[in-house]
Amino acid sequence: MNPTCPIPITPQSQVQLAHGEGGRLMRQLIRQEVLARFPSSELGRLGDAAVLAVEEGELAFSTDGYVVSPLFFPGGDIGKLAVHGTVNDLAMLGAVPLYLSLGLIIEEGLSLDTLRRVLQSVADAASACGVQVVTGDTKVVPRRSADGLFLHTSGIGRIRPGINLDARHCRPGDAILVNGTIGDHGMAVLAAREGLAEGLQSDTAPLHDLVQQLLNQVAHIRFLRDATRGGVSAVLHELAEAAGVCVRIEETAVPIHPAVRGACELLGLDPLHVANEGKLIAVVAAQDAALALEVMRQHPLGRQAARIGEVLQGTPGEVQVRGAIGRLRVLDEPAGAPLPRIC
Amino acid sequence: MRYIDEYRDPDLVQMLTQTIRRLVSRPWTIMEVCGGQTHTIVRHDLESLLPEGVRLLHGPGCPVCVTPLERLDQAMAIARRPEVIFCSFGDMLRVPGSQTDLLGVRTAGGDVRVVYSPLDAVHIARDHPDREVVFFAVGFETTAPVTALAAMQARRLGLRNFSLLVSHVLVLPALEALLTDPNCQVQGFLAAGHVCTVVGFAQYEEFCQRHQVPIVVTGFEPVDLLEGIWMLLRQLEEGRCQVENQYARSVHRDGNGHAIAAMAEVYETCDQTWRGLGILPSSGLRLRDRYRDLDAACRFAVEQIAVSEPAECQSGAVLRGQLRPVDCPAFGSRCTPEHPLGAPMVSSEGACAAYFRYARRPTAQESN
Amino acid sequence: MCLGIPGRLLERLPADNGLEQGRVEFGGISRIVCLACVPEAVPGDHVIVHAGLAISRLDADEAERLLAHLREMQQLEEEGS
Repeated sequence: MNPTCPIPITPQSQVQLAHGEGGRLMRQLIRQEVLARFPSSELGRLGDAAVLAVEEGELAFSTDGYVVSPLFFPGGDIGKLAVHGTVNDLAMLGAVPLYLSLGLIIEEGLSLDTLRRVLQSVADAASACGVQVVTGDTKVVPRRSADGLFLHTSGIGRIRPGINLDARHCRPGDAILVNGTIGDHGMAVLAAREGLAEGLQSDTAPLHDLVQQLLNQVAHIRFLRDATRGGVSAVLHELAEAAGVCVRIEETAVPIHPAVRGACELLGLDPLHVANEGKLIAVVAAQDAALALEVMRQHPLGRQAARIGEVLQGTPGEVQVRGAIGRLRVLDEPAGAPLPRIC
Repeated sequence: MRYIDEYRDPDLVQMLTQTIRRLVSRPWTIMEVCGGQTHTIVRHDLESLLPEGVRLLHGPGCPVCVTPLERLDQAMAIARRPEVIFCSFGDMLRVPGSQTDLLGVRTAGGDVRVVYSPLDAVHIARDHPDREVVFFAVGFETTAPVTALAAMQARRLGLRNFSLLVSHVLVLPALEALLTDPNCQVQGFLAAGHVCTVVGFAQYEEFCQRHQVPIVVTGFEPVDLLEGIWMLLRQLEEGRCQVENQYARSVHRDGNGHAIAAMAEVYETCDQTWRGLGILPSSGLRLRDRYRDLDAACRFAVEQIAVSEPAECQSGAVLRGQLRPVDCPAFGSRCTPEHPLGAPMVSSEGACAAYFRYARRPTAQESN
Repeated sequence: MCLGIPGRLLERLPADNGLEQGRVEFGGISRIVCLACVPEAVPGDHVIVHAGLAISRLDADEAERLLAHLREMQQLEEEGS
């Protein structure tokens, strides 16, 4: 007789609450899915905290949560965003990104396969950026307490000595540049979520190398900021207000992918308000604008870099747009959330 | 983009501006009755291109803005129900009802979803047989055909869990009401290009003759609007009174027969309350008897909540073109898109919203 | 919401349970659109799309006529000034 158990034992395919409880199941999950993918020896020690050696100088420290829905979208996924987003925040200060923490909040029932795909994506993105994930945390919450998966990353980078990027350095006459087409990410996520249209791709990308090239070759860079939620409009408003200057951009000079333009026309959205994940606004002294553009265009992430406007004398905090037919208007700030949960 | 960019050509805009300036010899008051046109006019600052003395008023061209308060409150009562997936166009989400808005209902746990098309709502109903799917059918004659097709499709698929909360309004009765108001100074109308794409403009001819007001059916891009305005002013200057068609690339005199047939199959006209304007006879659409089972207001038997408009909101005067949004004392202070007193401040086609977004003129101007 | 924009019909698709539909391109994106009201539209035509429904087939000749007329006016303007 060869009795077989009537209840088949199948490999677990879903994340369970027990995976977050700190016991055997969680250690197994971390070992098999996390440590196996991230080479950091500091992470491997699984201490309460990571010990990092730092050179003299200043550190940049940034943190962000990632709650995008859906988890996978054309051009990227939540894992990539979680790495690029924090790397970019550090990069905007002229910092070389070094270390990341990775926090996971997993909804009970998330497929393990999905978790593996996301973790692999984080690992690949981190490796490509030259950053190490050195510490982290895992929590599992009951069904419907989180939408599949939320990530949280904090990042540490070392600021190059002598770099001092600040909106307050901006002055009338400075040129405003962007490294490429706008609105790609927000529209791609919206399209994926709403099943709206095809032909859109997120632009998620790490900008630290592009920034380093700019800092190496261009003398007078005043200010850098990545244009995430709220789009280019949000950055321009922040800049105008922080610097107490007036800003004017030419609508026809702003690079936009035809697919994004089409999607925005279709939905009545202004691309200047739509989120990006691989675009920065750079304010540089007028005499350096041509060089800065050339430096960007030679970089894979800056091929369509363009000069979109300038800083002016005028009402502090005011952002102006010269529209397609040549009229000037004040650029409104994005109202509410036309595109919720896009980063 | 083809058929869009050509109509934003700055040289053509300039040329039309000069032509209009040379044409006009005295003051005129004209009105557009389409939220889409309001939006373009304010965004591109077209009014500033017109000669002094030409007043361009914005009429009740925003179907979101004129949706009666009772209907909005019904929408929210239905959306709150746990078995309901409430589907709506994006602009309806922040229109204030008596107490809250659809976004507030969503925050409180209601399943409120923005869809681009009512046909998407039919798909949702098909995919969720265990839920009641309701589509908020708001819009002029431009939108009624597609909501009608959605009803017909639901019927064809045998869906028992789909229904429409209907608040469609017709443009012509609103124009009638405007002209019977003794305070109305409008001398000519720009007619809405997409409404007329559907219904044609034959019905405007009798209206035009009876009231002796010229009408030009006009498109939505800056060049379209300036050309339409030019054609209208030319009629006024020449003492002519006809219906002309600027938007001939889309509009034919008899409209779109298939769209009209779909509307006629599903809807019949009825008296309708317009928020801010009151009851206008034969100005709305309701489901015919044979489609009454798809009427969400009947299916959900939501009780009438006592309706109360904020006293300060002057949307009625704005919708009749008698008050410019910027002249309303609450504009930009107590009434903003973030905390609106009335619908015209939140709808993407509302005049108040358009002025708030676009009409704060830059201080550092230059000669153009 | 009155928002109707022109797109190019790429291809007709099998009807969705009796409802005619096709793929329409706007700039660089495409979407499936109901074609029940424009049975005469063929791939290559432009249509005006509102809320997922094509409400008219864009008359290319009319569009051309209008633009030609405007450019003529522009010419006269320039000559006159």
